[in-house]
Amino acid sequence: MSSLPLQIAQALLLVLLAPVAAGFVASVKARLQNRHGPGLLQPWRNLAKLFAKQVVLAENASWIFRFAPYVVFTATVMAASCVPALLVDTPLSLTADVIALVSLLALARFFLALAGMDIGTAFGGMGASREMTFSALAEPALLMSVFVLSLGAHSTNLTTMIQHTLNTPIMLQPSLAFALAAMLMIALAENGRIPVDNPTTHLELTMVHEAMILEYSGRHLALMEWASMIKLTLFATLIIDLFMPWGMVAGPDAAGLLLALVAWVLKIFGLLLALSLAETYLAKLRLFEVPEFLSMAFVIAFLGLLSHYMLEVNA
Amino acid sequence: MRHLANTWFAERLGDSGIRTIYLADHHPAHMPCLEIMRLDWLRAAEQARRLEMRFVAVWAAGAGCHDQDRGARHGLYAYMAFAHPEHCHALLRTPLADENPSLPSIAGEFVAASRMERHMADMFGITIEAAPDARPWIRHEHWPRGAHPLRDDFDGKNPMPPCPCSGDYDFVRSASSGVYEIPVGPVHAGIIEPGHFRFLAVGEQILNMEERLGYVHKGIERAMQGRDAASGAKLAARISGDSAVAHAWAFAQASEYAAGIKPPRRASLIRGILCERERMANHIGDIGAICNDAAFAFMHMQMQRLREDMARLHQEIFGHRLLFDTIVPGGVTVDLGEAQLARLERQTRAIAAEVEHLRSIYADHPSIQERVIGSGVVSVDDARDIGLLGFAGRASGNYPDARIEEAYPPYDELKVHVAEGKSGDVATRVWVRFEEIADSARLIGEMVERMPDGPIAAEWTPPEPGVSGFAAIEGWRGEIAAWVRFGEKGLIDRYFVRDPSVINWLGLELAVREVPVPDFPLNNKSFNCSYSGNDL
Repeated sequence: MSSLPLQIAQALLLVLLAPVAAGFVASVKARLQNRHGPGLLQPWRNLAKLFAKQVVLAENASWIFRFAPYVVFTATVMAASCVPALLVDTPLSLTADVIALVSLLALARFFLALAGMDIGTAFGGMGASREMTFSALAEPALLMSVFVLSLGAHSTNLTTMIQHTLNTPIMLQPSLAFALAAMLMIALAENGRIPVDNPTTHLELTMVHEAMILEYSGRHLALMEWASMIKLTLFATLIIDLFMPWGMVAGPDAAGLLLALVAWVLKIFGLLLALSLAETYLAKLRLFEVPEFLSMAFVIAFLGLLSHYMLEVNA
Repeated sequence: MRHLANTWFAERLGDSGIRTIYLADHHPAHMPCLEIMRLDWLRAAEQARRLEMRFVAVWAAGAGCHDQDRGARHGLYAYMAFAHPEHCHALLRTPLADENPSLPSIAGEFVAASRMERHMADMFGITIEAAPDARPWIRHEHWPRGAHPLRDDFDGKNPMPPCPCSGDYDFVRSASSGVYEIPVGPVHAGIIEPGHFRFLAVGEQILNMEERLGYVHKGIERAMQGRDAASGAKLAARISGDSAVAHAWAFAQASEYAAGIKPPRRASLIRGILCERERMANHIGDIGAICNDAAFAFMHMQMQRLREDMARLHQEIFGHRLLFDTIVPGGVTVDLGEAQLARLERQTRAIAAEVEHLRSIYADHPSIQERVIGSGVVSVDDARDIGLLGFAGRASGNYPDARIEEAYPPYDELKVHVAEGKSGDVATRVWVRFEEIADSARLIGEMVERMPDGPIAAEWTPPEPGVSGFAAIEGWRGEIAAWVRFGEKGLIDRYFVRDPSVINWLGLELAVREVPVPDFPLNNKSFNCSYSGNDL
């Protein structure tokens, strides 16, 4: 088995599994609220419905508005395809750099915010302004959290970092705990989950991510929705890669791959289960407390960095 | 049920030199209607303010049969109503000129009068002198000029001709370039009633929020004219679907006062049960929705489930999930057997117990408490100034409750506990609602216990033409004030109703002056005013 088709298969798997993962979160949350829930495949049904629907464009929508869904979707899929899910060493491993990954997501966000402002509604602009405010705080914290691990691995390349984690004996590293805590907080914010944003709200004034895509319809909306589902799975995979890569295989062998697949799916759903629990337990933060929440994530990541130097470098 | 005539307000007005004429064709006597001169209109309002009376409503009506008998000197009358905690309601009326009717504004004394005066101006073409706000209210820009639907010469049968015009409503604006406007609605992302909110905001901080309502104007007042009492009660139940019982009761009680009919005690107790069940169901649904607006969906789902259980039992026992058409003038339509009473009582108790359990979950979650505490404060002074009603008033130190002030049956034999909140924030409004759910459950238990045998309705005989009646019923949102006058053949000649929302919408505007934009929905839901009841 050559690794290039595997690389593609892995990316496809992530993209196709993302709606199921979103359905899983919705179902678990429904169960926790004593409801049946719509089932795992509901996001897929929604996407299929949206793809079949006509696109309605605002009169004053420019090319940016029409262009943005494709840019957002492509950038997110590209980011998803360079994150190792099953195989550590892939032909594209050189591109699997965390900084590149963050930039790809930033590109998607940039176009999302532009599209939000493009149609000139109050909600689009409001959503874009909030998204930018939050991301200005979230991105440095995300990078800071990754740097904690990079310091050990001497690289920002994901493959190198995974190999480093796999090859060092398991031991308790306080810096990793800090980095993980920060990363989980950032993941909530980046994916617009409770307590930062509510993905299921219908209240325009409280929206962040939803406000920017409020005017989208048909396949445009489908691409936007799909992109955000992929992003959720992507972040879950990134957390797995950085903090718990055990089970991933170095080379393409069938049995190892199967095991890696099982491990990956289990870990993903484990993380999503934790997300569902948190989302059920928590209410949304006040808007002005979100920057504090994100600054807290930054401080935690920074503490991780410090504790790495103080406790682990000379150990 | 002839009460002693209530002369308190007439005496106080007399002390300050305002002459009043007691109208004998208005009932009940403990809520009298006094005619004053138009010259004294504003002074009477000043007096009411000085006597610390609560402003209830101001409205207009064409001349009734009796007024025409007197020689038809005037075609139009203006009415206003005040209430005193110890001396019940009192109505004042004054004749208006036939040509270009005008009336001095009392909004300087009672802020809440402003929108009602604008409503009068829209519906009757009355000029309000020295009005602080002369913009149209219910009459939107596309209505033809000179269309005043409640005037006798208005053609109510055919649609109004389309009027090509653009919206030029003069919203409150800011000259500063740092302030931006956020228009929200009337079409919303969720399925809610239509209303437009115009925010002036700096960053995420609200400076001012202005409401523009009237999108669900259905012409209720006009549609009431010419109906008999039974069909009037049906229409009244549909004024605001979530207050079907309270609105139908207000209509029925005003009609009964006018006709001098006393509903049997059994009917009153059943009405009480219906009204308290409606109160419970709406508070339960709203508390869930408030939590959902802060993304605490667990509470929402549990509360929805409880509300649904109540609706299903209502469907089974009363034939309607929202208890439509259960109250008619004279009594109620559904009799309750022993078994049904027991089921109602059992379910009420079970639901109240579950709500208490959920209340402890709500209180134990810091993340939801964080959102509701201190958000959207209406101060005690503001609440008294605008006369905030119902649970919103009770959260802000203003405690009017028609069940206590009027003590209409069955509340004359029951003790109602009023939750006395002061902080006026979302948390207090939720707290008052929790307290009211518990109290309603207790009242239902007592009413079931007291239920006597007997008929459920007195026979309805329409009053003679020209007689009017007034009633105030404490619905779940607060006091519903209703005034009805009958004409020939027992048909309704004019019906005016003031939903508590008309006043409480002002409370929302005050509450959100110091909250960030994304906290608006939470505050809006904590008031949950009726659009339909306001727009009529």
